[in-house]
Amino acid sequence: MTCTEFLALLDDLIDDTVTTEMRADLQEHLRGCEHCEVTLSTTRKTIQIYRSHQIYDMPAGLRDRLHAAIMARCKKGC
Amino acid sequence: MPALKPGGAAEFPQPTPMSTIQPIAGELEPHPDVALVERVRAGDVSAYDELVRKYDRQVFRIAQHITQNREDAEDVMQDAFLKAYEKLDQFQGNSKFYTWLVRIAVNESLMRLRKRRTGKMVSIDEDIETDEGSVPRDLADWAPDPEQNFTQSELRSILEKTIKGLPPGFKVVFELRDVQGLSTEDTAEALGLSIPAVKSRLLRARLQLRERLSRYFRKKKGSREVGVEK
Repeated sequence: MTCTEFLALLDDLIDDTVTTEMRADLQEHLRGCEHCEVTLSTTRKTIQIYRSHQIYDMPAGLRDRLHAAIMARCKKGC
Repeated sequence: MPALKPGGAAEFPQPTPMSTIQPIAGELEPHPDVALVERVRAGDVSAYDELVRKYDRQVFRIAQHITQNREDAEDVMQDAFLKAYEKLDQFQGNSKFYTWLVRIAVNESLMRLRKRRTGKMVSIDEDIETDEGSVPRDLADWAPDPEQNFTQSELRSILEKTIKGLPPGFKVVFELRDVQGLSTEDTAEALGLSIPAVKSRLLRARLQLRERLSRYFRKKKGSREVGVEK
């Protein structure tokens, strides 16, 4: 397996949607390719960081204000 | 680095849906949103309030990703929920309520963006030509827990700055698939994209974000100490 072929299957590997046979091929490639090993581990870490540190959160005050506006309009029949 | 277990699943967990987005557990079990939607249709506005509170943060983040403007995101969130309420009779129930809501929010966000760009067409499904991230260049490994080298506000700033430069179509796919935990199929339906298009954008979004974060998170060369470059 080449690095390009590995990269094409990177998402399937991260999402755990590869077959047993394909997983074995990917593992075989990883054993001899530090570049792909680093790409895999840091891509996983990227996802993990974005998932655990969610950005663009709403301030509580804004949330309440918008809720009031939405509910007021909906009660009037939008 | 996390390694694959021989013959087993990858150590990194599957994207799990956020607590507010519950998967359908089999065809026979209706999604909890179905009952809420039915109550709204029967005139119970408080049921709609439950739906709003359940999904407002996610809708806000999607709007912020696309518009890149807090005021626009606030307006989009409000308009999307009002439009969804008005059009609830058109919701057939053969898709999930949240998927349907995301589609409305994305359309509202694009309309807002179009207004700001004085009528220039903006689309989430246009083919985005970029070579960046297609082949990893920065191959330096990261420190074991790189985020611990930053305060919460520094880290938030880095994450926002990093994702801001991606095309809107990449950001929203990454947000829906990796942060909110939607399936590829639901993401495709919500964005009106094909499944291959979602997969292609997700791979490129992941690789581009990884590459950009490497500037902050990689190990310093020639040092045993774990360090970062700011």
